[in-house]
Amino acid sequence: MGRKVIPLSGNHAVAYAAKAVDVDVIAAYPITPQTAVVEKLAEFVANGELDAEFIHVESEHSALSAVVGASAAGARVFTATSAQGLLLMYEIMHIASTMRLPVVMSIATRAISAPINIWCDHSDFMAASDTGWVMFMALNAQEAHDLTVAAYRIAEDPEVELPVAVGYDGFWLSHTVEPVEVLDTDEALKYAPKRYRRYVLDPERPITMGPLASPDWYFEFRVQLHEAVEKSREVILRAFDEFGRSFGRTYRPVDGYYTEDATVVLISMGSASGTALAYVEEARRSGVKVGLVNVRQFRPFPEEELYKHVERAGVVAVVDRAINSGSAFVGPLYSDVALTFFKRGFDIPVLDFVVGLGGRAVTRRDFDEITRRSLAYLGKRMRDVKQHYAFIGVRE
Amino acid sequence: MAKLPGWRELPRGAVILEPGSSVRYKTDSWRVLRPVIDQERCIRCRICWTYCPEPAIIEVEEPYTTKTGRAYRISYRIDYDYCKGCGICAEECPVKAITMIEEVV
Amino acid sequence: MSSVTIATLPREELLAPGHRMCQGCGAAIVMRHLLKALGKNVIIAHATGCVEVTTTLYPETAWRVPWVHVAFENAAAVASGIEAAIKVLKRKGVIESSKKVKVVAIGGDGGTVDIGLQALSGMLERGHNILYVLYDNEAYMNTGIQRSGATPMYAWTTTTPAGKVWRGEWRRKKDIVSIVRAHGVPYAATVNFAYITDFYTKIRKAAEIEGPTFIHAFAPCVPGWRYEPHLTVKIAKLAVQTGIWVNYEIEKGVFRVTTPVPRRLPVGEYLKLQGRFAHLTKEEIETIQRIVDEDVEYINKLAGATVIGPVERKG
Repeated sequence: MGRKVIPLSGNHAVAYAAKAVDVDVIAAYPITPQTAVVEKLAEFVANGELDAEFIHVESEHSALSAVVGASAAGARVFTATSAQGLLLMYEIMHIASTMRLPVVMSIATRAISAPINIWCDHSDFMAASDTGWVMFMALNAQEAHDLTVAAYRIAEDPEVELPVAVGYDGFWLSHTVEPVEVLDTDEALKYAPKRYRRYVLDPERPITMGPLASPDWYFEFRVQLHEAVEKSREVILRAFDEFGRSFGRTYRPVDGYYTEDATVVLISMGSASGTALAYVEEARRSGVKVGLVNVRQFRPFPEEELYKHVERAGVVAVVDRAINSGSAFVGPLYSDVALTFFKRGFDIPVLDFVVGLGGRAVTRRDFDEITRRSLAYLGKRMRDVKQHYAFIGVRE
Repeated sequence: MAKLPGWRELPRGAVILEPGSSVRYKTDSWRVLRPVIDQERCIRCRICWTYCPEPAIIEVEEPYTTKTGRAYRISYRIDYDYCKGCGICAEECPVKAITMIEEVV
Repeated sequence: MSSVTIATLPREELLAPGHRMCQGCGAAIVMRHLLKALGKNVIIAHATGCVEVTTTLYPETAWRVPWVHVAFENAAAVASGIEAAIKVLKRKGVIESSKKVKVVAIGGDGGTVDIGLQALSGMLERGHNILYVLYDNEAYMNTGIQRSGATPMYAWTTTTPAGKVWRGEWRRKKDIVSIVRAHGVPYAATVNFAYITDFYTKIRKAAEIEGPTFIHAFAPCVPGWRYEPHLTVKIAKLAVQTGIWVNYEIEKGVFRVTTPVPRRLPVGEYLKLQGRFAHLTKEEIETIQRIVDEDVEYINKLAGATVIGPVERKG
């Protein structure tokens, strides 16, 4: 057997993961920066390395619809998208989750039009945050690979049965080649075995899926979904633990770096967390007490795990790569973080820094500016903060 | 009305496990006119059975001999639990063996 | 294929009563016989629409075959996924390879010729082994009679009302079968339940043929077309007798009219039973007659003979 480490882009790392779990049906539509995932999978199928049905759908809406149908018929399914494609799928994302179909999708994150822009930010990923999917954001190509494999185990767990999305930053990760340890099919299937679900479309047992539910019934199914998402928290932890035991890489819903004694804690998601960590290590050497939390699991939002890392901080700086104009929170990650603190009576300044929209690079210098601006609020309380958000790296 | 089941008790994802369970819902109250089959006139042509949208016309293995001595192997019965009283059967009957009479409640 | 007679129609009902389709609903007759013709070994993917909502009001279903609804515009895509799943799961030994399952997608005219057209095109072009059935009641009936691309000329709908300026719908009905045919499918046909044996023959043929097949079914709508519920079958028959609806099939590119009409009735005979045409003047009815005449001429050209004859003028 033996695992091999090969140079892979984030896109190809995801494709190798879908191959490792022996997906049955793939339906996807080309969109930058995701395209290479399905190109690679098409190559696997074309070469006979993966026995799957590849549906060349005519839109992302049909991509998700087709895998929903295939999943309802009992197949292990995969799709992938970005930006506008994800928005086209949005309608069906809600349906997949409430129908409790364990679809797995990768999202090479990209800015949303207009203006049209193919580069990275988290606008697409964040737009899907209310769909009842379990959502992860990878830090690098290896994680994109590993989380995709883990996604199947979590999605198909009988206690969960939910769709799972794995995000990874467009271009910064999707097109950057890194050494990736690739799982082979035997071990991936041992870790994430295929399960025959309770309810599948089969003439021998004619069931009806996707009915009309009146006010007497609808609410119950939305609560069922909500409870399943809550239940996934412990299933995810178990899946991560087992992943660690099987493959030596143990993931957590969040990672904390230097948070023990940090005065300022940065909270970030995706590849920017790598840059932030480089900054934090540099800043520490010059005596700045800054720490970092990387959020890997975005849905369900890991409040407890996150809170442990900021309990002793003086200021928290959330780094958002998307924007929700007109909202009270501005950055979508900020909304979850701020509410996590609010619920716990935490009254230190929690600031929001919107960075890197439309693929603008997020640098160590940006994190330095964020840290310095945050330090100015040290000793203050939230009510003293006149404006809780700022845009970093934008021209006035 | 009986207490409806809570979310924990309902099959996951709103799946309906019992095929054809709509039979539990009677649609007789929709009916204003009631079709009545004259078994003497009926020629067992199957037209009414064919065009019932519910279906609420049942084909039964019930032999019937008319007064004039015509023997039939089957008969047609209206299922008044489901008949909505549309009147297609009466309209389409080629021998006018079905009449629509006013429903009395 | 053995020939179908009314006596050989299966007795078993795969659509249960208790559904909430309207009194005299044409689509209900379509569904009932569609299932009888198909038999039990099917999986249905259904688009949002009147039949969908009236047959699956939770916690009850009228369907006695496996059935799934996902959304409005994607029945063909959902069916594509189901078909692909069965194919690969058979290959991998999860489903017995000898198991016979036909995947059938069902949509109304809105879900097929308008919002679902793209997904339908994809399904047809990719060559899935799926039968797609369009039940055409010529408007968005589920939401309350709004015009669709399948609404015929001059029909009143709530979004094409007849007023001082508008005279009902002013565009001609979309020719969906020609669009389907352009995909090079092995079989496409129109059916009208007033000709029930033709209906069964075509559905069975469409289900047996490997590949994407298409059935366009005529489905009169009592509230939408504004007629008395007992007239559903009569109107369906008049549609054929007047030539406004033609029963035909296209098998491997060969066009054939399956219900020849040597002498047509004037289209007014069909229109006058329906309130949706009640506002029409004599001239407007003449215009519809001209459109029908044009369509009939086109059909005869495709058939290579006069299979639909001239209008028989009474009196």
